[in-house]
Amino acid sequence: MADPMRIRAQAAGDKTTVRVLMSHEMETGQRKDAAGKTIPAWFIQEVTAQHNGKTVLTAQWGPAVSKNPFMQFVVRGAKAGDKISVTWVDNRGEKRTDEATVA
Amino acid sequence: MQTRRDLLSHSARVAGLLAAAGLLPSLALAQGGGWNKAAFDAKTLAEALKALGAGAPAESKDVTITGPDIAENGAVVPIGAATTAPGARRLLVLVEKNPSALAAMFELSDAVEASVSTRVKMGQSSNVYAVAVMGDGKVLYAQKEVKVTLGGCGG
Repeated sequence: MADPMRIRAQAAGDKTTVRVLMSHEMETGQRKDAAGKTIPAWFIQEVTAQHNGKTVLTAQWGPAVSKNPFMQFVVRGAKAGDKISVTWVDNRGEKRTDEATVA
Repeated sequence: MQTRRDLLSHSARVAGLLAAAGLLPSLALAQGGGWNKAAFDAKTLAEALKALGAGAPAESKDVTITGPDIAENGAVVPIGAATTAPGARRLLVLVEKNPSALAAMFELSDAVEASVSTRVKMGQSSNVYAVAVMGDGKVLYAQKEVKVTLGGCGG
């Protein structure tokens, strides 16, 4: 299991800025190792963000997203104390969900 | 190269809080089909849009792309995409000269602003596109050239 995500959700008025830092190799499948063999691609393909259990944003990513990906988005209508959860699924089928409370 | 790197140590901070007007409600968020391989295999902007079933793009000042003019490290280039046009359903980030143009696609609901940012890899200096796909099928984009001093793909 991959390391936990770091999620910050900061409310300012009606808008809540959510910043997510995931821990993932995001291997492109284009690089070669020392022996000249291609390192297989390994990257996050799908990301889902939920606000109090309701999906507000989904994303599909290619291998061009940087290692240990960062993502920022703004949720409307979230209040302090609300839950923001983020789930990712990579191309090996591994997944991880983490949750944060809006501050 | 060295001097240029020293000279331009600034980095454009992503202005993540661009307000967007009312978004269309009830969009097909979970389309169930999962990851769109065809779109991510596409080599160009046009191919990627075709794979997504979107129409021809039009350049628009309603779409904003934020990013550095010069990225020292192509492995981590902060890019933000936003639009003020109402009814944006998807925001895409594409890097023209990457092996696959499409880097990321965000599907928006009416509960989020049409403004996202992330970090992408860039193999070489290239134009970067922010594309907004509207609920009515219109496709708007903005582009920005980002120069890369050290590539982020291959090794």
